Amino acid sequence: MGLAENQVSCNTVIFWCKKSKNKEAASSSIIIIHHIYYVSHGSHVRKLLFFNNWQLSFDLLESWLAKNPDVSGFKRDGKSIFRELALFQDYHGLPLFKKALVDFMAEIRGNKVTFDPNHMVLTAGATSANETLMFCVAEEGDAFLLPTPYYPGFDRDLKWRTGVEIVPIQCTSSNNFRITESALEQAYQDARKRNLRVKGVLVTNPSNPLGTTLSRNEFDLLVDFIKDKETMHLISDEIYSGTVFSSPSFVSVMEILKEMTPNDAAKIWNRVHVVYSLSKDLGLPGFRVGAIYSENDAVVAAATKMSSFGLVSSQTQYLLAAMLSDNKFTKKYISENQKRLRRRQRMLVTGLQKAGIKCLKSNAGLFCWVDMRHLLCSNTFEAEMELWKKIVYQVGLNISPGSSCHCSEPGWFRVCFANMSQDTLNVAMKRVKNFVTDSTGAECGSSSACFTKSFSNWVFRLSSRDHRAPEER
Amino acid sequence: MLSRKASKDSHGQDSSYFQGWQEYEKNSYHPIQNPMGIIQMGLAENQLSFDLLESWLRRNSNTMALKKDGVSAFKDLALFQDYHGLPAFKEALVNFMTSMRGNKIKYSSDKLVLTAGATAANEILMFCLTDPGQAFILPTPYYPGFDRDLKWRTGAEIIPMHCSSSNGFRITRCALEQAYQLGQELNLKIKGVLVTNPSNPLGTTMTKTELNHLLDFAIDKNIHIVSDEIYSGTVFDSSSTTSFTSIMEVLNERNNNNYNNIRNHVHMVYSLSKDLGLPGFRVGMIYSNNEKVIAAATKMSSFALVSSQTQFLLSNLLSDAKFIKKYMVENQRRLKRRKDMLVRGLRKAGISCLRSNAGLFCWVDMRHLLSSDSFEAEKELWKRIVCEVGLNISPGSSCHCSQPGWFRICFANISEDALHLAMHRMKAFTNSIFSVRLPIIMMRKKSF
Repeated sequence: MGLAENQVSCNTVIFWCKKSKNKEAASSSIIIIHHIYYVSHGSHVRKLLFFNNWQLSFDLLESWLAKNPDVSGFKRDGKSIFRELALFQDYHGLPLFKKALVDFMAEIRGNKVTFDPNHMVLTAGATSANETLMFCVAEEGDAFLLPTPYYPGFDRDLKWRTGVEIVPIQCTSSNNFRITESALEQAYQDARKRNLRVKGVLVTNPSNPLGTTLSRNEFDLLVDFIKDKETMHLISDEIYSGTVFSSPSFVSVMEILKEMTPNDAAKIWNRVHVVYSLSKDLGLPGFRVGAIYSENDAVVAAATKMSSFGLVSSQTQYLLAAMLSDNKFTKKYISENQKRLRRRQRMLVTGLQKAGIKCLKSNAGLFCWVDMRHLLCSNTFEAEMELWKKIVYQVGLNISPGSSCHCSEPGWFRVCFANMSQDTLNVAMKRVKNFVTDSTGAECGSSSACFTKSFSNWVFRLSSRDHRAPEER
Repeated sequence: MLSRKASKDSHGQDSSYFQGWQEYEKNSYHPIQNPMGIIQMGLAENQLSFDLLESWLRRNSNTMALKKDGVSAFKDLALFQDYHGLPAFKEALVNFMTSMRGNKIKYSSDKLVLTAGATAANEILMFCLTDPGQAFILPTPYYPGFDRDLKWRTGAEIIPMHCSSSNGFRITRCALEQAYQLGQELNLKIKGVLVTNPSNPLGTTMTKTELNHLLDFAIDKNIHIVSDEIYSGTVFDSSSTTSFTSIMEVLNERNNNNYNNIRNHVHMVYSLSKDLGLPGFRVGMIYSNNEKVIAAATKMSSFALVSSQTQFLLSNLLSDAKFIKKYMVENQRRLKRRKDMLVRGLRKAGISCLRSNAGLFCWVDMRHLLSSDSFEAEKELWKRIVCEVGLNISPGSSCHCSQPGWFRICFANISEDALHLAMHRMKAFTNSIFSVRLPIIMMRKKSF
């Protein structure tokens, strides 16, 4: 059929389908949202592919579960511990689980740092962890600086109920979106002009949506920035730390702390906090396992009490305690998972290359940061929206436009690669190639008019900040 | 360096409710290892019917292994983080609620929001219904945790509505008006009333009269009602006068012009922590006819989603209607038996309880054991009971009771033997007081 045959019509119809009718859709995790979005052009119905869930290494988890049936059966050494678990609601968390989690986190960091379970607070997902940290370190009306582009969900997670503001640190493609001293300073000044008290900086490392790890230079800048500002904190959301699949290797903020001179470390050790989760590394977002790690006892004490509002199910803590305590398994999982990620990322990058599209060089994450500036009709965000609509409608791919991530430059998109089968990825790449081939030489604006007319609101919600953000992370 | 929320004691966790717990932690009773230790009677947990749940689990081991019809649901569940909740679970929940409440109302799953426990549900409702500085009226005595859950991060205020023993701590129209007045005097905008029905710590269900007073009041002042019905499945004594009536039922019976407005102002909270005894699994929910509240609360539940692994297990459990029916009946029978044991045991010690028909505790009258009619005397008595008698019970002041001398004593979280021992200790304690104070007590009774 090919893209060339699709007639753009003003009778574009979008309808919802309640059940997945084919295996392909099921394996691409669309079923998770319980709908499949179908986009029809005239008589052709094209299935919209979603790129937003993780499932590359489930076979490894499933095989572990099959070998350890007692664990999901609430048994320990053959005895039922159901009652114990059912009653366990201690916000300090299941000790066995915290120990296993800190060991797992250390393993991911090549055992270059160790974590103390007493400094860890469990929360129902990183969503809860990030919000809780805001409640602990900032007042309503205070601001946090965030490098752009950033995960759209932060607009809700950090600001909504806390009343905290986000001031962007504008990063640009001129230096591969690295944080610079001048950008940091500029953000700080912007906040001051708005009469906002800056309480700190929050970075995601590895970055979502960039897929890159923070460089040591960037760390130096951040540390220098907060060092002498005694009320400022540095929060490092390391939710993707286990997805680093190639060099440079991952450096956690905790490692940076460890390497500092005692004098320097003393200035900031109690103002640096880490957020983690098993949603990306283990691919278990449904189980709601997040954590805050901090050397600051007061933060740990307050966050622990606040975790009452979002505790991790004891059933889940027990299952994952057993899984993560199996060191042989976790070692194998981490390395195999990274291998598969690397391979998939290569596939995406190569596929896009064949379509004449470049990606930011990345070494981590479940997505690539893709440069489609050359496909824009004009260097504007309106043009980016137009292009995005075409990709949704004509190409049938749901990807995230850079504007939803607060990117300062139009034309960048986040494209995920880890949440569908290899075949689906191939299909997607073919579609992109065809699209680019067809649109080269096509007039800008010719097809967009029809789109805008019949474009209904809910499709905007697909990539806007306001919708089911948890699935879009 | 930290926020005020993090630094101050505004979390409300320094109350004696938690202090008694800490004492218990230091010296916990164990029948063999520490028979002289403190018996925990301050924890409202239902530990009476685990054997029934465990036997169901043994018969349904596939569910625990996350299998459905022999096929692994692991991947789907692991990825499922839709804040609308697992549809099968929500269906099972509303069916469970419908049948548990005598099929008088059909609950529907699109009016339900799942949250990690009632703790999260209550806080989310506050975020939805109030701005910082606005207030909710709560009848006293109330669950000490509300001071944290409703106020801490939301900035909302609680106006206590004092109920007294003179009428069995029932809610009266007069008391409601007085609380409202107090709010006005304090310059606080009242956004609603929050009740716990059945009541914690009283163990009583609200009568239809009380519920109607509440509705009338809310209509009159144009405010919200939040009904925390977390103990609704623990009603063990239901004659026609004492059965459980949900606020939703009374709302349904209203058939006048004001219906639409009030319909959007009534919200219910529920949880599986008490009825099924599963506090560790973190399953709570908000139920409301108000679409805006449901929409906002659904998004807020992102901060407190229920683990999909748990949703799957419990949707299967609750869908087994035959089992659940049997469980609820047997559970309530056991609760009644235990409550009767506690009431009898206390009576033998010369102590009476508020007549109750629900909950996992009794509201116990120890006013006659106070050295004076004051909260200092209550605190003194409480310390003696925790440290000398070795029972962790909750003093009424921690529940904001307006009258000194009342205590909450839990009966469903310990073994029968531990309960017998506790009663034995109590009897010895009151004997010792009476033998010393008998002349004084007789004088008191004369001048009452």
